[in-house]
Amino acid sequence: MSLLEVTDLSLTYASDGVVVEALRDVSLTVEAGEVVGIVGESGSGKSTLAAVLNGLLPDNARITKGAVRIEGTDLLTLPEAGRRRLRGPGVAMVLQDPMQAFNPVLTIGRQLVDFQHHLKDLSRADKAARAEAMLAEVGISDPAACLRRFPHELSGGMRQRAAIAAALLLTPRLLVADEPTTALDVTMEAQILHLLRRLRTDHAGAIVIITHHLGVVGEICDRVHVMYGGQIVEEGPVDDIHHAPAHPYTQALIACDPAAIPGRAARLPTIPGRPPPLRRPVPKGCAFAPRCPAALPQCRTEAPPRVVLGPRRSALCHRVSP
Amino acid sequence: MTAVLGARDVAIDLPLPGGFLARRQLNILSGITLSVDKGETLALVGESGSGKTTLARAMIGLLPVSAGVLEFRGQPLSDPACRRRLRTEAAMLFQDARGSLSPRVSVGNAVIEPLAIHRRPRDRATAGRMLAKVGLAPEMAARFPHELSGGQARRVSVARALALDPALLVADEPTAGLDVSVQGEILNLLADLRRDLGLALVLISHNLAMVRHVSDRIAVLYLGRLVETGPTDQVLARPAHPYTQGLIAAEPNPDPRKRRDHPAITGEIPSLIARPRGCGFASRCPFAQDRCRAETPTLRPLAPGREAACHFAETMTSQPIRETIP
Amino acid sequence: MSSGPDALPGVAEPAREEATEEAPFVVRGAGLRAFLRDPMGVTGAVLVAAFLLMAIFAPWIAPYDPMALNVMNKFQPPSWQHWAGTDQLGRDLLSRLIWGSRTALYIALVATGVSAVLGIVLGMIAGYGPRWLDAVLVLIFDSFSTLPMILFALAVITVLGPGKETLILVVVLISVPYYARLIRAQTLSMRESDYIQAERTMGASAFRILGVHVAPNVVGPLLIVLSMDIPVVIMLEAGLSYLGFGVRPPEPSWGNILNDGYVSLRSAPHMVIVAGIPLVLSTLGFTFLGEGLRDALDPRFRRFGGPR
Repeated sequence: MSLLEVTDLSLTYASDGVVVEALRDVSLTVEAGEVVGIVGESGSGKSTLAAVLNGLLPDNARITKGAVRIEGTDLLTLPEAGRRRLRGPGVAMVLQDPMQAFNPVLTIGRQLVDFQHHLKDLSRADKAARAEAMLAEVGISDPAACLRRFPHELSGGMRQRAAIAAALLLTPRLLVADEPTTALDVTMEAQILHLLRRLRTDHAGAIVIITHHLGVVGEICDRVHVMYGGQIVEEGPVDDIHHAPAHPYTQALIACDPAAIPGRAARLPTIPGRPPPLRRPVPKGCAFAPRCPAALPQCRTEAPPRVVLGPRRSALCHRVSP
Repeated sequence: MTAVLGARDVAIDLPLPGGFLARRQLNILSGITLSVDKGETLALVGESGSGKTTLARAMIGLLPVSAGVLEFRGQPLSDPACRRRLRTEAAMLFQDARGSLSPRVSVGNAVIEPLAIHRRPRDRATAGRMLAKVGLAPEMAARFPHELSGGQARRVSVARALALDPALLVADEPTAGLDVSVQGEILNLLADLRRDLGLALVLISHNLAMVRHVSDRIAVLYLGRLVETGPTDQVLARPAHPYTQGLIAAEPNPDPRKRRDHPAITGEIPSLIARPRGCGFASRCPFAQDRCRAETPTLRPLAPGREAACHFAETMTSQPIRETIP
Repeated sequence: MSSGPDALPGVAEPAREEATEEAPFVVRGAGLRAFLRDPMGVTGAVLVAAFLLMAIFAPWIAPYDPMALNVMNKFQPPSWQHWAGTDQLGRDLLSRLIWGSRTALYIALVATGVSAVLGIVLGMIAGYGPRWLDAVLVLIFDSFSTLPMILFALAVITVLGPGKETLILVVVLISVPYYARLIRAQTLSMRESDYIQAERTMGASAFRILGVHVAPNVVGPLLIVLSMDIPVVIMLEAGLSYLGFGVRPPEPSWGNILNDGYVSLRSAPHMVIVAGIPLVLSTLGFTFLGEGLRDALDPRFRRFGGPR
């Protein structure tokens, strides 16, 4: 049984008579101890997927199909109370803006203690000690002082560390990190990535990282899912995805990354066109076909097949052959 | 040839918040000497807190300098006539492009705003032509800022910046918040404009991977001091300052085969209020010696066009960069 | 790709974006639609419109001359001839109430209008002008708002004598500091925003920045406050007129009518009742309208989600 199993998940947003298909038949599995990346650009559906995993969907979202199972328990059919019990020991979240994770009027220490409400047999002093130890573990140099601070008194990097500590205090089996380093400087980004990588070895849980940054994927992920137009267009081990991408979108995305281009480019490559509008009715063909340099006539009219390229490696494309 | 923009020993102090009559001043930048020529791109890089945005704001005349001279086309910016000239001949691209557009002004009116301010001739077609220059359809003129995508807002702000044919463009993180596939479009657009209009471009960024492709020269700021300047390719190939080395090494690499085991620089940029004695970077520098904590290094020439503020700059450049990171 | 006639020479035109490109999740006119879906806001708008029409067309709607005496016919209860009855001098109450709406709305709209204009101007000067001027203005605003409203009103009326213009002056003196502080706070936060900074880099004058870029953004929120304050002014006018400090008889005002009715409450209770109805309805109307506007225009109150 996988730690996380998402099967054929489809989700729509409805607003003022417009229905947007934000996720279309998304399937993925995460095994214990893995770091899985979900990479995509804005509008790809990656943030929606994060919201599903975290149980924080907006009111106008509707799941039309599929299941999200954590160790076999379906999150979607679970009543709210059961879901709450699962959040915490099951899933913990690290957000892009760690300011959102904390209440601005309470000290970090108070909140880190309160986060441990599921540990019924520990005293507040024990919980505070546990919080202090966890802050030290995520690299905060003076954890006792940090406990007394208010969220706004910490720098962005420190807040993100504290947010990771808060998530780890729940001893989650799955840590979902949504753009965890986007708001940080490169030097702090490198430190946070290093921290996450270390946590993976020290804690048994799995990490799902949602990002638009291929550098983050390259530094830390074991496997990658590339999202485009609400679908997973390619999945595979990070090395294969980087060195032998199968889907034209993945190829284009990697080609665009300035870090992947050696020397000095006279002109930077781009992907012409725009992400597809996902308003219903969504066109039948491949979502990437209008921007795809290798599109065939059938790409525009027929939905692309999921071509299995190996164990846990597949691409959603007419042109790919196994 | 006189530089389009020159800074000579510039210092900037800003008032600390609080205090009514006698406000305490905090030194943000000092000893900044730089210049940008016609058709040249200078990249200002550094972490947040390094003072790069403050410097950009001073360059565009939003902040006065506290010491030293900032010159635009050979005239000091303290001269009101020169400041007036700067208003029409220099433009800024803000980091938050959408936020730099007035929320209740349509795109069409936003791009001709500089013409309206300076009472230059304009008609209904002007906005459409200006939008076309940056690759936007003329119909976009009817939109409002909140109806634009990130890339579109960025293009609109570029169109507005070009309205008066500026000689200098200061771009603060011009690709912040953009998707990778759109970043290139904006950078290519800026490169074209620079080449065709002879723009002098000051590019503020912390993204070295991007800076490598688009800038001619690079100036690295740390805690309000210049720590290294020089031609981009040379600085990135053989950085002379340990901070520059750390920034390069911290860039996440998309290739999983090139993963590093250590974060390049640990810790955080110190607070400006508690500026350390000696070298500002000593607290995070893997090579720091006693001398670094006692004696402040000055920016000194290393090679033609290259300067660094490190006591051990010569030893730094003599080693390949990856090995200098412990 | 067609290269426009004014494309820069040598500039390769970047891929042109389709005008139909998916914009961020915004629906044009969403505010208006949200307002029209809100039954309370629509009720308020209808009531306010009805009172405005009543005030504008009072000479044509009113069945009788509001001043015409008919002492033989005094204290008549509502009848087919006099829908709202007559008062102690035999004047037609319905006509007086209709003309009273003119008085009430005139005072309320002029007073809030003048207050709003002064408040916006002073508030923007305080928020954007030099800091010493801000300190002086804030001191003035603050000292005005410490004055007890009713006592201050009575003092002004005692000095200047009762009347419509005095009432307007009282309302203006009380409201301007309040509006000005509201506008000042918004101007202060806007002053550091990137779009105002961008205007400064382009060399826009303070006049242009305030008039073109700040004012439109502060007027919207103020409109909501104004529509909620109008009923307060209507009540103040009625209250002061009731006490004899406001509109002077024989000019019709809801407050006067209430006062007349109170004197003869035992013998002719209909006067108080019918005079109360427009007062309650107009107050409710403006309050509903204000809340409806707030809910529709302030995104924090609007239920409106979308993909991130």
